[in-house]
Amino acid sequence: MTDTARTTAPTPSEVLPAISVRSAGKIFTVAKGAEVQALTGIDLTVAPGEFVSLIGPSGCGKSTLLRLIADLDSATSGEILVFGKTARQARLDQEYGIAFQSAGLLPWRSVQANIELPLELHGVGKAERAARAEELIELVGLTDFRSRFPDQLSGGMQQRVAIARSLAERPKLLLMDEPFGALDEMTRERMQQELVRICSETGAAVVFVTHSIPEAVFLSDRVVVMSPRPGRIVDIVSVDLGPGTSRSDSLRENPAFFAGVTAVREALHGSPVAPLGADLR
Amino acid sequence: MTMTTGAGLARRRWSALLWGLLGVVLLAVLWEGYKAIGPPTGVVLFDTSILPKTDDRSMPHLVDMLSRAIEPVNTSAGSPPVWVAVIGAALTSLGVAAVGWAIGSVVGFLIALLMQRLQVAERAVLPWLILSQTVPLIALAPVIVAWGGKIQIGAFSWDRWMSVAVIASYLAFFPVAVGALRGLQSPDTIHVELMRTYNAGWFRTLLKLRLPASVPYLLPALRLGAASAIVGTVVAEVSTGYKGGIGRMIIEFAQSGTSDPAKAYAPIAGAVVLGLVSAGIVALIGLTLKRFNRQEAAS
Ligand SMILES: Nc1ncnc2c1ncn2[C@@H]1O[C@H](COP(=O)(O)OP(=O)(O)OP(=O)(O)O)[C@@H](O)[C@H]1O
Ligand SMILES: [Mg+2]
Repeated sequence: MTDTARTTAPTPSEVLPAISVRSAGKIFTVAKGAEVQALTGIDLTVAPGEFVSLIGPSGCGKSTLLRLIADLDSATSGEILVFGKTARQARLDQEYGIAFQSAGLLPWRSVQANIELPLELHGVGKAERAARAEELIELVGLTDFRSRFPDQLSGGMQQRVAIARSLAERPKLLLMDEPFGALDEMTRERMQQELVRICSETGAAVVFVTHSIPEAVFLSDRVVVMSPRPGRIVDIVSVDLGPGTSRSDSLRENPAFFAGVTAVREALHGSPVAPLGADLR
Repeated sequence: MTMTTGAGLARRRWSALLWGLLGVVLLAVLWEGYKAIGPPTGVVLFDTSILPKTDDRSMPHLVDMLSRAIEPVNTSAGSPPVWVAVIGAALTSLGVAAVGWAIGSVVGFLIALLMQRLQVAERAVLPWLILSQTVPLIALAPVIVAWGGKIQIGAFSWDRWMSVAVIASYLAFFPVAVGALRGLQSPDTIHVELMRTYNAGWFRTLLKLRLPASVPYLLPALRLGAASAIVGTVVAEVSTGYKGGIGRMIIEFAQSGTSDPAKAYAPIAGAVVLGLVSAGIVALIGLTLKRFNRQEAAS
């Protein structure tokens, strides 16, 4: 069973990008036939195991792009492939895990039961579910809290449960929309640290939406800088830490880190592509 | 943490009980107080009586009501005390109301499900639901009795109590339908979208998300439905002529009002207690669903 899976599955996925977006656009039709051009001409490729952040001012379409990849909305133009499949097929095949800004836990389920929810929905047996949940609870460091309920957890703990839940089915792709947006700075840095560790342990590719430049630089291999009206990609900054540099807490004082922060900031604040200027308010 | 909320809950229960008792005492004081100081002819304003006469026939003393309740119903031999008869009638009504409540709840819930599933149905059905509640019971009762009378399938034949139960269910289904619809629609977008990312269809989303989320809305609706079922039963007993229930007893005892005014109050009190008991039974059902009621318990 595992053998056949091993021989068939990895070969294409090693060649195929995790995400491939080709000149995708999204137009929302709002009331009275008015249209909002939320995204236009988006081209983006994410390699397997790569960590990519989306950053940009509010309303530039970061969430929309993530939702297109997740097949929670559909693109009005262009093509979006996830592991070589259409976004819809990828969703049906459970190719990704997702986490939002609010944890979105079910209040009547314990930590463990929340993490087990996707497994339960896909008919995984009770014992196997419990074993997987146990692994994940340990991974996110909530061993003592497995039978607590969401209203008994802090915001940071809830977010960890949400991340554990998104990892439940061992997806090769994680989609995260400002998952640490509501956390305080200290918790946030600790969560970033843990996310780095979790990603290196699971080897998943990540698309991570954030408003924080340091957060994007700390976590990412590449930072995608976007700008609004219409939402588009203005620059993609590669974060080059140099060989052998690990993403640990000391990275925050590393010159390469500062260089990355500066590069992203310039891309955000600069006035390159926009003919009308006024990139940031 | 659970300890403190538990203690708080217990304290709230006790204070609710205390306020309830205080209300009863206040009512008694008002009754006897007005009887003592009010004008014997009552208060009449512009030819309309706005406060009752205070003589013993219109307003018997509370003590008389109580002592009448422990005396036999009538002078015939073997006649049970009034309170025993009242309890018997109340239990009969409770049984009929329970059947009506159960039918009404199931129907109401199914209608809510339909409305949740099909938005067209919500727009098409909801106005009719509201309209249905404006039909006066008095008009409805004879129709249902007449229709029921025509039903005869093999050994099954329509009984009068079934008409009463149908009318009770007619009143009970409405709050359940409205409450269940609100509950089924209560999950946040994020939860609904999460279920979509899990590729969970309508039924699984219903089972894992909408049903549990609807519990905090459903319980008060069921309580309301129970109260409506009791009212419906009492009124329907009178208008269908069904004998043996508390509604009928209220009318019968009131008819002996001139000679025996204190007698009529026992079945009225019985009907009030019946309402409380039914609410209590639904609350017990709610206890088994406590897990799904976390927000309500926490606040
Ligand atoms: N369902 C929708 N209907 C209409 N317009 C929408 C819808 N969703 C998003 N938009 C519009 O699309 C644009 C991009 O929105 P989006 O939520 O993707 O921005 P964002 O970059 O995630 O912003 P933020 O950083 O504030 O989360 C905005 O102008 C928004 O008003
Ligand atoms: Mg957003």
